[in-house]
Amino acid sequence: MEWEVVIGLEIHAQLATRSKIFSGASTAYGAEPNTQACAVDLGLPGVLPVLNAGVVGMAAKFGLATHSTVAPRSVFARKNYFYPDLPKGYQISQFELPIVHDGYLDIDLEDGSTRRIGITRAHLEEDAGKSLHEDFQGMTGIDLNRAGTPLLEIVSEPDLRSAKQAVAYMKKIHALVRYLDICDGNMQEGSFRCDANVSIRPKGQEEFGTRAEIKNINSFRFVERAINYEIERQIDVIEGGGTVVQETRLYDADKDETRSMRSKEEANDYRYFPDPDLLPVVIEPEFIEAVRKTLPELPDRKCERFTQDYGLSHADAGALTSSRELADFFEQTVKAAGGEGKLSANWVMGELSALLNKAGKDISESPVSPEQLGGMLLRISDGTISGKIAKQVFEAMCNGEGDADSIIEKQGLKQITDSGAIEKIIREVLDANPKQVEQYKGGQEKLLGFFVGQVMKATQGKANPGEVNKILKQMLV
Amino acid sequence: MHQKTIVEMAAGLRAGEFSSEELTRSCLQRIETHDAQLNSVITLTAEAALAAAQAADARLKTGDATPLTGIPYLHKDIFCTEGVRTSCGSRMLDNFEAPYDATVTARLKQAGAVMLGKTNMDEFAMGSSNETSFYGAVKNPWDTERVPGGSSGGSAAAVAARLAPLATGTDTGGSIRQPAALCGITGIKPTYGRVSRYGMIAFASSLDQAGPLATSAQDAAYMLEAMSGFDPRDSTSIDQPVESYAQSLEQDLRGLTIGLPREYFSEGLDAQVGAAVEAAIEEYRKLGAEVKEISLPNTALAVPAYYVVAPAECSSNLSRMDGVRFGYRCEDPKDLEDLYTRSRGEGFGAEVKRRILIGTYALSAGYYDAYYLKAQQVRRLIRDDFVQAFKDVDIIMGPTSPNTAFRLGERADDPVTMYLSDIYTIAVNLAGLPGMSIPAGMVDGLPVGLQLIGDYFAEGRLLNAAHRFQQVTDWHTRMPAGFE
Repeated sequence: MEWEVVIGLEIHAQLATRSKIFSGASTAYGAEPNTQACAVDLGLPGVLPVLNAGVVGMAAKFGLATHSTVAPRSVFARKNYFYPDLPKGYQISQFELPIVHDGYLDIDLEDGSTRRIGITRAHLEEDAGKSLHEDFQGMTGIDLNRAGTPLLEIVSEPDLRSAKQAVAYMKKIHALVRYLDICDGNMQEGSFRCDANVSIRPKGQEEFGTRAEIKNINSFRFVERAINYEIERQIDVIEGGGTVVQETRLYDADKDETRSMRSKEEANDYRYFPDPDLLPVVIEPEFIEAVRKTLPELPDRKCERFTQDYGLSHADAGALTSSRELADFFEQTVKAAGGEGKLSANWVMGELSALLNKAGKDISESPVSPEQLGGMLLRISDGTISGKIAKQVFEAMCNGEGDADSIIEKQGLKQITDSGAIEKIIREVLDANPKQVEQYKGGQEKLLGFFVGQVMKATQGKANPGEVNKILKQMLV
Repeated sequence: MHQKTIVEMAAGLRAGEFSSEELTRSCLQRIETHDAQLNSVITLTAEAALAAAQAADARLKTGDATPLTGIPYLHKDIFCTEGVRTSCGSRMLDNFEAPYDATVTARLKQAGAVMLGKTNMDEFAMGSSNETSFYGAVKNPWDTERVPGGSSGGSAAAVAARLAPLATGTDTGGSIRQPAALCGITGIKPTYGRVSRYGMIAFASSLDQAGPLATSAQDAAYMLEAMSGFDPRDSTSIDQPVESYAQSLEQDLRGLTIGLPREYFSEGLDAQVGAAVEAAIEEYRKLGAEVKEISLPNTALAVPAYYVVAPAECSSNLSRMDGVRFGYRCEDPKDLEDLYTRSRGEGFGAEVKRRILIGTYALSAGYYDAYYLKAQQVRRLIRDDFVQAFKDVDIIMGPTSPNTAFRLGERADDPVTMYLSDIYTIAVNLAGLPGMSIPAGMVDGLPVGLQLIGDYFAEGRLLNAAHRFQQVTDWHTRMPAGFE
């Protein structure tokens, strides 16, 4: 039987506000347990939530960037359940009337086509605290620093058909929220994480299969692995004559498997109802227009522009716009390189990316600035140095030895283009290798490379290779 | 000294006839002497009260005083008070000391009022008789075999017995007005959103509203003014300037139109209470008011709608009482489930549990539409009834409660009859309107309350109408025997 995979993602993006969604406590990560939890976060008797207005603008930005409707009126609701790290016994979320709904995002597939992924809704909610099960002698420690941190939960339609597509979609959302500057995207710190709803159905069947929800996956790699594991598991279950049960599962990265957490029967009845402590969020059209004006150039538009302005392929432009920081780095490099788009793209995605990958660093931690890189590329394009020498210059820049020009100057790396000087060196090389000259003249023209190599060796690579070739051929006649 | 109104007290303080410290000592003395009979106070804060009184005396000399500076009051134990136990009448919070002041607490502190202590109340404000308190029932000073009403029963009994000139209350379905009526004092529940709910332990968030209990409308006016105002920490508080209620008290009532809802004078109303209310209305006619019969057709739906909405909200509001961070925790919990089950099972009383169960049921999947959603629709109908009525009348009047104070224990096992004590008051909360109760007669030695209901933010008009009535009647000056 051929199976079709159906996936929908629920992404939790922590909104980059300084204070919490319903209190004035700080959202900074990494403080001592319970030092960033005020009376409101602790859910003490009598306290009331007050909405942090910043989150409304952020959600609206996301809505506009995903072609969604930004609801003129949305309502906070209480999701009731008991858990020690949920201080009030309910989470304030949005249920029937979310702030953003009915949008989409286009993702690029490996075969070069694009696929439109529906965004059902995005709603505002508060995060819970953290339960710490170790170091408390059989008891559980509670850290409420995270309680009340603002989240935007972005729910996709079940439009994804493979783990790879799910990752592409998640990456795209990740890039988008960072472009919009509404989430720092830090997955280690839990600022960006997702739940995946996975089901399978026989190819061609309309009806969805029973889904399992995999909770709290916090890396792109794990999303792919968890989904692929889950797909295999479900196929095994069905092909082994069983049925998939609706349940919540947990991905264990160490064992690379998903495990059942609770079944549908054990699931909570959350008893949602509108939170009477908060007024509906009313958004006027003028507000939406004001937010629209603050939107940066978004990835798709930027990618399009890169192909046009710099003559890049769609794939290259897509890679360069995968993050706002990378795109900005690239454009600053181009500027410093006198408009050399293609050359800049090759270096940013080639040497620089390789170097960063090797060091496990991000573009923001690049050892060379775009101005430095561009300055060097300028020297390639004006013939001062060859591409080969450039790698040497680049390495020196990365080691903090200064700008390209000073490195070229100091190390005497300037290309030799003077034909008289080149002729002189060639003469010396030919004189030193009479046997090879004879063989060449006898028809072994492959030896031209040998002579070029000798000349380059003699000039430490600084001779202009084109000139060397030209003059060599003339002199060997 | 204890028989004075706060206007007289304020004048005495300024004239140097007595100090706030003396006034405070006198109240503390009265509580000491009389409260054993009433059980109206849970926590007495004598030392802090005397310190506050001394500070008030100093402030009075600077000329920077407010009408409440140096005036003692009792605070319902539902308002958080920094460093002082806030029990909400429950074993659950018997050990709870709030690390912060409620906005109402802070405002009264700022005004210079002197808190004497915290008053007894129905557990988490759920009750109409003050019998559900973990700290025992409060007795009605008019007859200590009878209930004072609830849930602000401790506040009402204390003011009626002149243990303090003022007390705070909260009103979710009648919890200021009904005990005011049963104890023969004046109480006002303002428009929803007029007084901040921050730091007031929530029973039903969309209905709860704080207000004063006093012996007269004039005193209540001063206290309400001090309690009211926009609070950025309460999203449901309304950003509208507070009127000077005391200044509009004297306004003439000629031309005032009073509406009497026929549904409030029908079956279920005690005949003698009805007659007393009619007599009070007659006084208003004499004062120049025009009286007309009106209809609030959805009145019968108020109690059922309320007993869906209020329990639903309370079931969620009380979830934070889980034994994890504060409040009662059971001994030696075996595991998390056991911690929750026993802490809540042992910490909450029977009425609170009943309402949590009702509310949980009403919000459950499959029942939500039939109960909660339907109740909210009914609520709109009830509000529309009032909006319609206020097109024709300025104030709606009727009985506050269908009976005078009933005997302790009489309705304890009959929740439905108990719930009907609030039949005339509940609709006002559902609509979010201001309502008040003033003493308007006596039946068999027990006080009868007249309810006044106003349009949104018409607190000033209500207080004015109540004050004019009190100028020509003396019901509000009567004191229970043994407490004069």
